[in-house]
Amino acid sequence: MTRRRIIPGLPLSLGITLFYVGLIIALPLGALVFKAASLGPEAYWNIISSERAVASYRVTVLSALAATLFNLVFGLALAWVLVRYSFPGRRLVDAIVDLPFALPTAVAGIALTTLFAPNGWFGGPLLEAGIRVAYTPIGIVIAMAFTSLPFIVRTVQPVLEDLDPALEEAAQSLGGSDVSIFWRVILPILWPALLAGTSLAFARSLGEFGAIIFIAGNQPFSTEITALLAFIRLEEYDYQAAAAIASVMLITAFVMLAVTNLMQARALRYTART
Amino acid sequence: MHHATGRPPRVGDAPAIRRTLIGLVLITGALLILAPLVVIGVQAFSMGVGYFGATIAHPDTRHAIFLTVATALIAVPVNTIFGVAAAWAVTKHDFRGRRFLIVIIEIPFSISPIVAGVAYLFVYGLQGLFGPALQSADIRILFALPGIMLASMFVTAPFVARELIPLMQAQGRDLEEAATSLGASGWRTFFSVTLPNIKWALLYGVVLCNARVMGEFGAVSVVSGNIRGQTNTLPLHIELLYHDYNSVGAFAAASILALLAVVTIIAKVLLERQGAGRRSRPALAAPIVEAKP
Repeated sequence: MTRRRIIPGLPLSLGITLFYVGLIIALPLGALVFKAASLGPEAYWNIISSERAVASYRVTVLSALAATLFNLVFGLALAWVLVRYSFPGRRLVDAIVDLPFALPTAVAGIALTTLFAPNGWFGGPLLEAGIRVAYTPIGIVIAMAFTSLPFIVRTVQPVLEDLDPALEEAAQSLGGSDVSIFWRVILPILWPALLAGTSLAFARSLGEFGAIIFIAGNQPFSTEITALLAFIRLEEYDYQAAAAIASVMLITAFVMLAVTNLMQARALRYTART
Repeated sequence: MHHATGRPPRVGDAPAIRRTLIGLVLITGALLILAPLVVIGVQAFSMGVGYFGATIAHPDTRHAIFLTVATALIAVPVNTIFGVAAAWAVTKHDFRGRRFLIVIIEIPFSISPIVAGVAYLFVYGLQGLFGPALQSADIRILFALPGIMLASMFVTAPFVARELIPLMQAQGRDLEEAATSLGASGWRTFFSVTLPNIKWALLYGVVLCNARVMGEFGAVSVVSGNIRGQTNTLPLHIELLYHDYNSVGAFAAASILALLAVVTIIAKVLLERQGAGRRSRPALAAPIVEAKP
């Protein structure tokens, strides 16, 4: 389709945009890639496959998986309750769901640590039950679950709101029980949005730093996340290692970005069809 | 939400399921989301109002507040101008690489703040691209306010743009084309035709951007150098107090940012009532997916 370009302002607005994107986004990321590439393949591989680095990947990925699984269930339940039921304080709960987004990560970090420390409100009783949360991988999972919860709720909520009651009525009139209708009618419709929200939450958990470092204990090989390892290498003035580890996180972020984009596009197409 | 009386109950409407789900969700939510907010308030005042006041009034805290506000005063307007320019370019015009540009603008959301900080070190740090040149010219960017501002700008670059792009895309170009063909200049078209239609979304983006700038921790902690009373923003100051075993002081300082978070959420709810923000995406960090026209 040909369209005559009559709205003015393209050179100025595009100029500002490209300048800013170049200076603020592309230049630093380019510099990081350049620095990591200048290490040479062998040195690079040695750093990123070192025992401590691999242990940090394992802690980060496993904790992020656990946090995301928890949020998949809790986030769906929360979205369901907010959309399907009316109860006093529903709007307040709906607003508070955004708190993990609005609360600075360092603030969330010290608050969660204080709650779950051995002498904390939750940490004390949990310790008596034999569960240690603060300064263990469970603490990392809790911090990740806190910061990434809104992603799943906010992605599923609109799909749940738009769900056509006729679908359920049809299934009910065919004699389906609530449980079977949920699993066989509702969940398949929610699934693309759930997956999209899940991949967002997982990506966020992989990169989270501020909320985690207070509660994690930060012991190499057991509670040290990858972001912290990059930070520690910087503090040791080992810039090559910092660049290499940060580049691994950067590549992971790009892969996750591609995955989330794919999931979101799929979810959009799917909701457009139903 | 409104259950019409004549209609059959929907799935999950049985009172037992309903009560169990609401109960479980509210308890878990209170423990996971509300409790951290409550503990901040309780801890902040656990040694009395006097101690709280003394922490807030301490010169280091005051300086941290000043740095945080100064950073926001620069980073937020700059990102607002960028966001408006980017949205204008991307939604009101066609050019090659348009979609690619939208993806690039979104990149900071996907990247760990630590990676952002490290990346800035390799531009302006001594071991970076411009570091040696900057040092010989005696210009300090890292471990000083400019570095903090740049890192904050990176982290929040997409905030305004991502609110505007989907909205302006949906609004189309007809009004701007009409205004232009009637002889209005580009600026006049923007201020009298476009801006009134996007003002709430713009404000929404600005509010979220500001909250993130003031609360940014990871990226800023890499580039700031953490010099007490010099390059400590409020989140970094909180970390410092906390690691100094002054937990009450840390919570006193944290309560300011917690208050900011609460104000942000209230502003968000109010702006959503004006139609800003889309419930289809999480508030602070998902890629923009363009709806197919």
